[in-house]
Amino acid sequence: MATYTLKYVEKKPLSFSLQVLAAAGGFVGLFVGAAQSTMLNGVIGGAVLMAVLGVLALSVLDEKLEKPFRWGVILLMAAGGWYLGGLAGLIVGGLFGWFFGWFIYWIGEGRYRATLLPYLTPGQVLGHYTFRVVCGLIFFFLITPIVVVMPLSFNAENFFTFTPKMLSLDPEGYSLKHYRDFFTNPDWQQALWNSVSIAPVATLLSVSFGTLAAIGLSSEHVPFRRAIMAILISPMIVPLIISAAGMYFFYSRLGLQGTFWGVVLAHAALGIPFVIITVTATLVGFDRSLTRASASLGANPVTTFFRVQMPLILPGVISGGLFAFITSFDEVVVVLFVGSAGQKTLPWQMFTGLREQISPTILAVATILVGVSIVLLTTVEMLRRRSERLRGLSPG
Amino acid sequence: MSDTTDTGPVLAADGTPLKRSLNRALRAQKMRALMLIAPLLIFVLVTFIAPILDMLFRSVENQIVSNTLPYTVEQLADWDPETGEAPGDAVFAALYKDMFIAAETKRHTRLGTRLNYEQVGLSSMFRGSGRQIDDFGKDQIKALEKLDNSWKDAAFWYALMTGGEGAEGHTALLNAQRVRMATVTGDDYDGDIGFVPGRAIAALLPETAQAYTAFALFTAVEDEDVVAEEKPWEAVKVALIRDLQAGADVAGYDGPGAAELRAAQELAAELPALDFRQAFTASDKGWSDPETWRTIQIYSPDLTSGYFLNAVDLKQSADGIEPRPENERIYIKLFKRTLFMSLVICGACIVLAYPVSYLLATLPMRTANLLMILVLLPFWTSLLVRTSAWKVMLQQQGVINDVLVWLGLVNDAGRLVMINNQFGTIVAMTHILLPFMILPMYSVMSTIPPAYVRAAKSLGATNWTAFWRVYFPQSVPGIGAGSILVFILSIGYYITPELVGGTTGTFISNRIAYHISSSLNWGLAAALGTILLAAVLILYWAYDKIVGIDNVKLG
Repeated sequence: MATYTLKYVEKKPLSFSLQVLAAAGGFVGLFVGAAQSTMLNGVIGGAVLMAVLGVLALSVLDEKLEKPFRWGVILLMAAGGWYLGGLAGLIVGGLFGWFFGWFIYWIGEGRYRATLLPYLTPGQVLGHYTFRVVCGLIFFFLITPIVVVMPLSFNAENFFTFTPKMLSLDPEGYSLKHYRDFFTNPDWQQALWNSVSIAPVATLLSVSFGTLAAIGLSSEHVPFRRAIMAILISPMIVPLIISAAGMYFFYSRLGLQGTFWGVVLAHAALGIPFVIITVTATLVGFDRSLTRASASLGANPVTTFFRVQMPLILPGVISGGLFAFITSFDEVVVVLFVGSAGQKTLPWQMFTGLREQISPTILAVATILVGVSIVLLTTVEMLRRRSERLRGLSPG
Repeated sequence: MSDTTDTGPVLAADGTPLKRSLNRALRAQKMRALMLIAPLLIFVLVTFIAPILDMLFRSVENQIVSNTLPYTVEQLADWDPETGEAPGDAVFAALYKDMFIAAETKRHTRLGTRLNYEQVGLSSMFRGSGRQIDDFGKDQIKALEKLDNSWKDAAFWYALMTGGEGAEGHTALLNAQRVRMATVTGDDYDGDIGFVPGRAIAALLPETAQAYTAFALFTAVEDEDVVAEEKPWEAVKVALIRDLQAGADVAGYDGPGAAELRAAQELAAELPALDFRQAFTASDKGWSDPETWRTIQIYSPDLTSGYFLNAVDLKQSADGIEPRPENERIYIKLFKRTLFMSLVICGACIVLAYPVSYLLATLPMRTANLLMILVLLPFWTSLLVRTSAWKVMLQQQGVINDVLVWLGLVNDAGRLVMINNQFGTIVAMTHILLPFMILPMYSVMSTIPPAYVRAAKSLGATNWTAFWRVYFPQSVPGIGAGSILVFILSIGYYITPELVGGTTGTFISNRIAYHISSSLNWGLAAALGTILLAAVLILYWAYDKIVGIDNVKLG
């Protein structure tokens, strides 16, 4: 791609640029105006402002003045924001200024064509960017709820929503009290402790059984392979409520209902499919001649397993284990039924909290859990890459 | 080739035919593989498959009626509901025996609750009669005790029923009663109770011996008391009077308490016969209603289709299977709603996932990997975190409403109701399940060679034709895989609908949970669960056909 010499970047006619800029300004002005309860003024003001800025940037000022001009737009809009909405307005205004400063030149100088094929029609260019915007909105939909939770967890009030003080970025509107509550409240601490004591045991069980079985499944001649696979994967497919109901009935017959081991066994069963799937996937690329080579050099099967096979499939085993861990750590339906008050886990505590709307401590917990999941995600991703590198599937 | 056929079968190094030798090696390999799989397979079978099978069994199991009312069920088998009258006295006498034990062991309320699912009002009927059953035959018992104080004496009764020191014991009767008490209560009635009914007295007073043995078992096992020191139940005395009135031959009896028995028989001859029908009807009018008996008769077999019929809004009645009354039909509606909402969620996921997957598949590797984080982060984030996030977003005092009010699009009084209804469930679940759609779609789309679309365009196809005729068909497997996955997951979802669904946005799984933990109608919960499970298994089978279970990819 870098070898293209023909670039379709050229200055656009002012009439086109101004129309686009005014429309964009009007669109944003609509919301700013609506917030000030004068929608019409907002639209007109936004459109006029953008048109004026466009004329200034594209025809009056010299091209070399681009940088100072963009700073000027940022300052201007930040000042406007300050006037309308205080400190928060200043920041939002500044961001808008940064965007529009870039946008004016992007449109006016035709830079939007830079990365596109030169023969595209204007309609196709518009379609391309519309598609990008739509995708952006979908990503926004995916990520916003998780992001919104974070600032709310620092709320000084016991609300689930932004207070005016928070919006005006007043330090008094923020506090760590929900985190303090989480770390001092015995209920939450007990729940945390239960979660971190159940999940590792369940993970250990599913990883040790699962890895062995995956190795067995990956050998060439396994009778009833499909049926066995279907049974082993079924805990992932059967709706949790059905698993929970069945386990509740069955475990109470065995006297396991309401015990630590009952919950551990249930969670181990739920984690097994993940271990099976990840480990068999790792074994697909496993070179069997390595074990033969090891055997021919005099290693017994156990040594071969631990010294040759295990190090190679370890990334798969670990990421399967992480999946199993997060399954148990995040699981609430089964523990609700199979556990009793003594096995109240973190998700269970959150579930009751959400049902009864008690306190934003839940949001503090949620933020901490998002942090945990980021760490896990990074680990799994790194392991995947390492595994692919080890098996020579990708050069990187 | 001809060489080998000439020299017979090919031989391995040790002289055995190669074919057999290979087979043996293969068998060893198979065994090794199975040995590796076996621990996990057993583990899953015990911890997971067995519970599911147990649940399936529960959906048809109905032993509570025959367990709690064994004698009644036996007597009731001959009753013909077509007569339009309540059954005969023998049934009521049997009912008294059963109900007394049930009331002592507190099992009658459970049975009442069970039968109440089929006919409203039976629960209170069983409760009321159970409360009053001690008073049945009160006058007769009083008369008996007035006649001779020894009828109030625990030790006297004990001596009478054992037949004295060294009398021959009737262990068969004792064991039969052990089984009976064990089936009624579900507890263990083994072990020495310090009492064995005498064979002579059991032959003379069969009903009394039966009732006393049951009492002795209950006293020794449940109350952990000494049998000889406890006064027997009213039921024992009632049984005695009935035995005596039935013409027990006490004249030829010479065991302990023979004199008292003879006196009692004279008294019994003067007393009016005990009318159980009248007594039960007095405690609750429902007992005279043939409909009640019909219900008990219909549900006396050990297996029932009643829960399944209930789960699809039908019921068994006198004229066969018929729909339930309009106001009781909820499950079909709930199944339809579950199906509809799952389809909407699945559709929304397809619409949202397709462009994103396309973008990720066409962008350069580096950018795609960065954007992939935005997909994987929600995927890895706790389900409850995401549900609470949507609660925060959608509430009336929540973020979206606040923004709308701030922008002036909605005024403060007219805040949108976006939670605790179908909309809330659909939005939150679409968000939660979207990564499950994007990931399989992306993995399919990233294998589509871009050259095909370019070739189509170079041959004169418009953008749309190139996409629709060339690209889209190649991406269909991804859509299929993702949709089945999302559909399977959404159809059985519980947590999110429970938290953001209110009353109109709940799924069948919420109803199942309700029946397990609140209404305690486990049979119905199991039946609903079985239907749901069947639906999911069909989809699972389809998924296996289309995608293959081995090809499930994570992350």
